[in-house]
Amino acid sequence: MLSYTLKRILNAVVVLWLVITITFLLMHAIPGGPFTTEKNLPPAVMKNIEARYKLNDPLWKQYTDYMVNLTKFDLGPSFKYQGRTVNDIIGESFPVSFHLGMNSILFSIIIGVPAGVISALKRNKWQDRLIMFLTTLGVAVPSFVLASAFIHVFAIKLALLPAAMWNGFEYQILPSIALAGMPTSFIARLTRSSMLDVLGQDYIKTAKAKGLANYVIMYRHALKNALIPVVTYIGPMAAGILTGSFVIETLFAIPGLGRHFVTSIYNRDYTVILGVTIFYSFLIVALNMVVDLIYPLLDPRIKLGGKKEG
Amino acid sequence: MSKKWIILGLIMMMLGTLLAGCGGSSSKEQTVRVYMGGEPETLDPAKITGVPEGNYAQAMFEGLTEVDKDGLTVPAAAEKWDVSPDGLVYTFHLRANKWSNGEPVTAKDFEFAWKRLLKPETAAEYSYMLFPVKGAEAYNSGKGSVDEVGVKALDDNTLQVTLEKPTAYFPSVCAHSSTYPVNQKIVEANGDKWAGDVATLIGNGPFKLTEWTHSSKLVMVKNDQYWDKDKVKLNKVEWLLVEEVATALSMFENNQLDYVDLPPMTEVERLKKENKLQFDKIEGSYYYEFNTKKAPFDNPKVRRAFAMAIDREAINKNVLHDVHKPLYAWVPYGFTNPVTKKDFREEGGDLFKGNVEEAKKLLAEAGYPDGKGLPPITLLYNTNENHKAIAEAIQEMWKKNLGVSVELQNQEWKVFLGTRKSGDYQVARAGWNADYTDPMTFGDYLLTGGGNNYGRYSNPAYDKLIATAQSTNDQAVRMQAMHDADKIAMDDMAIAPIYSYSHYYCLNPKVKGLISPPTAILNLKYITIQD
Repeated sequence: MLSYTLKRILNAVVVLWLVITITFLLMHAIPGGPFTTEKNLPPAVMKNIEARYKLNDPLWKQYTDYMVNLTKFDLGPSFKYQGRTVNDIIGESFPVSFHLGMNSILFSIIIGVPAGVISALKRNKWQDRLIMFLTTLGVAVPSFVLASAFIHVFAIKLALLPAAMWNGFEYQILPSIALAGMPTSFIARLTRSSMLDVLGQDYIKTAKAKGLANYVIMYRHALKNALIPVVTYIGPMAAGILTGSFVIETLFAIPGLGRHFVTSIYNRDYTVILGVTIFYSFLIVALNMVVDLIYPLLDPRIKLGGKKEG
Repeated sequence: MSKKWIILGLIMMMLGTLLAGCGGSSSKEQTVRVYMGGEPETLDPAKITGVPEGNYAQAMFEGLTEVDKDGLTVPAAAEKWDVSPDGLVYTFHLRANKWSNGEPVTAKDFEFAWKRLLKPETAAEYSYMLFPVKGAEAYNSGKGSVDEVGVKALDDNTLQVTLEKPTAYFPSVCAHSSTYPVNQKIVEANGDKWAGDVATLIGNGPFKLTEWTHSSKLVMVKNDQYWDKDKVKLNKVEWLLVEEVATALSMFENNQLDYVDLPPMTEVERLKKENKLQFDKIEGSYYYEFNTKKAPFDNPKVRRAFAMAIDREAINKNVLHDVHKPLYAWVPYGFTNPVTKKDFREEGGDLFKGNVEEAKKLLAEAGYPDGKGLPPITLLYNTNENHKAIAEAIQEMWKKNLGVSVELQNQEWKVFLGTRKSGDYQVARAGWNADYTDPMTFGDYLLTGGGNNYGRYSNPAYDKLIATAQSTNDQAVRMQAMHDADKIAMDDMAIAPIYSYSHYYCLNPKVKGLISPPTAILNLKYITIQD
């Protein structure tokens, strides 16, 4: 277990280094820089700006300077948002993205799992058909379509909820559900098929033969085992929700980090591009690692590192 | 078990909807909620470059002058100014005013702010706004010293500015955000950090900043130290920082906003029907830039043919929903001639007409009858739905009217800028907005070797007329020279004008007294909310 974890950490460091280096090179390879403006600046003014942000240093020096600062967890100043550092930006905006993401993850589990269970238990009845119809829609309709429809209906037509911003509970409802649409549907379908699979197993028949109450069978024996694939899915889903909230954040004017991930590239805000990429890469690598480490706790048949331990 | 969960979820959702409720503006609160754009890059006047930032700063700061709704320059922080007979020395007399922290605003603060703007280490993009000032360009480019810059506080209330050469529009430069004063003590004590903190970000304008929640909102309240505070009826301004204008429009329609700048073009038709749209003039032009150094557009006849084969009225009606104004000249609508008090463009009239027959004839005269013999032509624009729609319409017109097939190419914004600057294109979409409210902001653009003249247009006769306008303070002479220059530019068809911008926006009818000058920098000082 320990040696496996160490190996994974070492692996993660190499992956992160590769991500940083490739991003650094790619981002300097795109034409245009952070201070490319429509108005052509007098050469002296441009020189002043480049000197200030050390953009006139050779590329290898910019790279090594960046790596040295990175070891001190200093991601540098933003070029676009003057006077703010990338650490500030991530520190202020990630908690918002995290909050939004957690809302969506909770929603998708709270709604998705029961929906899947009902579907499996009422297989081929109207409940199942309705849920499968809705989840097919949920998987197929992109979040921005859902979001736009929500804004139009609930904010503009019915005037029940705010159309955008992030100032309290009522502001969170529409974006959280819009972002949760896909994962909720996916979880419901996954739970259903997994549930059906488990319900056909011999130990369920045994339990029934023993005369256990139906809800005990369902809850203690069936659901617990049926949820393993769902838990597996939650890791990548969490990463996907946390890094993929760009569209929802933009549509609902939510001050999260997802937006910076995309706009920093248009702005050629080099330090923000790198900082956010590193942060997200770290997040994905870490979440995947956590899920891999949790597996054996859920399913004793899975062993880490390929050998038996203990 | 599972049913309970669903019911619980549904109850939670319903509770949420009950809790919702959005307060609107009322006359009691005198609050206005404005959308101009997203998170500001900076609120340091020396470093502001964007229109949203210009608007945020305008509410907090006051320059020596300001621009009224007709585009004329009127006194603001300066009560009046004198100009020496040779037009080189401006003496500004400041009003007694205080910073929002109670300290007096002095001429020294202006001197400090202007020298800071020019200081090479400040690395301010808009430092060139002050290049008409003596020694300013030299200091900024490291060739001169700060002591040689022609800005001097004679006493606390008098600022003397010496210029390189007569610059009749100089007072309008003094309305630009880059020339706003900054509090010397605060800036010196806090360095560049002063503009990032609400506590130190103090101004001399009608409102003071009290809250800055990044990517969310800027809150400003009435500044009790402001000299003209009795005229300010508004208690609070909330600038909601939204990146996507479609989102801002939804918020307007949900009563979360009172003002939305430039709502999406796709919604304009509906908004017009619902009477939600207002229009004001603005000094800007949308045009196609020819690469005048590359065949076939090195030939003025070809340029004229292409420009005349565009049906601007049709584009304005079908693509732009009659929002903007078709333009048949280089200098757009919106500038006021200070002598005649008339709109410079209306005075000059259309300098050419759309004419398919004439266009065909010109193309034949240039040696390309019905477009035969022309090299393949590519029209370049930056990736954007509106630019695409216009380009497709024009592609169709050139095909139908001239028989010329043109390819369209789009590039991401910064890539596009690079391509234009390097001159590696034939025809490119372009736009230009005024830096200051004088036609010269367009006039000097087409000068031979001009920094923004990416089409590399050059005509000595044009240069001479602009030089005339730049050498005198006699407005009658200047305006005539710029009218004449405009004619030359259009005879040569240096660029193909398409339309003159309008400023269009959604405004809550309860909001009265908003001034929207042609600079697109709003003046909120006189707003009142009336039920």
